[in-house]
Amino acid sequence: MKDLSLHILDIVENSIAAGAKNIKITIDEDTKKDLLILKIQDDGKGMNKKTLSKALDPFFTTKKVRRIGLGLSMLAQATRETGGSIDIKSKKGEGACITAIFVYSHIDRKPLGDITETLISLIATRGFDIDFIYKHYKNKHGFIFDTKVIKKKLKDVPVYNTLVINYLKNNLTKEFEKLKKRSNA
Amino acid sequence: MKKLKIGDLEKIRDKVRRTANLRQGKAKARITIHMGTCGIAAGARTILTALMQEIDKKNIKDIIITTSGCAGLCSREPMATVEVTGKPPVKYVDLTKEKIIKILNNHALKGNIVSEYALAIGSERTH
Repeated sequence: MKDLSLHILDIVENSIAAGAKNIKITIDEDTKKDLLILKIQDDGKGMNKKTLSKALDPFFTTKKVRRIGLGLSMLAQATRETGGSIDIKSKKGEGACITAIFVYSHIDRKPLGDITETLISLIATRGFDIDFIYKHYKNKHGFIFDTKVIKKKLKDVPVYNTLVINYLKNNLTKEFEKLKKRSNA
Repeated sequence: MKKLKIGDLEKIRDKVRRTANLRQGKAKARITIHMGTCGIAAGARTILTALMQEIDKKNIKDIIITTSGCAGLCSREPMATVEVTGKPPVKYVDLTKEKIIKILNNHALKGNIVSEYALAIGSERTH
C-alpha cells in the first residue's frame, strides 16, 4: 500500500466483511507529540481469542479463497517502520477496534493519501446500508463527517446518488484544504 | 468539533427528487470491483473512481456498482465481475482505467463481452 488512505480502505473492507453496520474512522495528527494515530472501530462480529492472537500473522486468514492475510500485517509493518505500533481490541460479537500509531515526522511514515477518494468509494458502494463516521484532527483543528446526519437530511434520496456523491466529494475536499491551511498558519 | 457543512444538501435532495423518475427502474447490470488487500494494493480504488466518474459523466442510471473481497487470484488484480441480467457473470483481470471504461461501455451497457480482458465466463456469482 502506497499510502494510509489505501490502508484505511483495506481495514474498513475487513469491517464490512465482518458485518459491521457502523464504522468509525479517526485520524489524529498531533505534530507536537510527533504522532499520527489512526483508529478504526466497528460493530461487526468481532474476533475470538484465537483469531485475535493470529490477526497480525501474514500466514493466517479466515478467508477460504487464499491462505494468506496481509491487510493487518502490512498496516502493522507500516507503523513499525516509523517506530510506532498497532493495537487490536476485539471480542466475539462485540466488534473490533484497531489503533495504529505512527511517528509523525519519521521519513518512512506513509503519506495520508487521498482520504476523500477512500471515503467516497465506501459511501458510493456501501453507504446504503452502512454508516460511516469520519473524524480528522490536526492539532487543535478538525472536522467530523457522519453519514447518519447526511442520510437524515436526504430523507428518501439515497446517499449513493451521483449528485449527492459529487456534493460530498467537493465538501470533503474543501474541508481537507481548510484543515491544511489552518494548520500551516 | 466542527461538523462538515451540509447546508446545501436539501437543495441537492430536491434536485434529485425532481429527476427521480429518470433513475427508477431495474438495473441491467452489476459491476463488482474486488477490493481485497491485493486488489486495493494493485489499484482497485482507481478503477472504482474511474468507473464512477464515467457513470456520472454519461449520466448512466441502470448500472449498479458494488465491491467485494478478494476473488482468490491476487496476481491478476485489479479485478472486476460483470453480471448482466440473465447472463452468466464474467470476471475481468489486470484492469486499468481505460479497460474498465471499455468494459462498462461494451459489456455492461451493450451486452458484448470484452473477451481480451476476461479471465473466465460463468464463475461464481457475487450475490
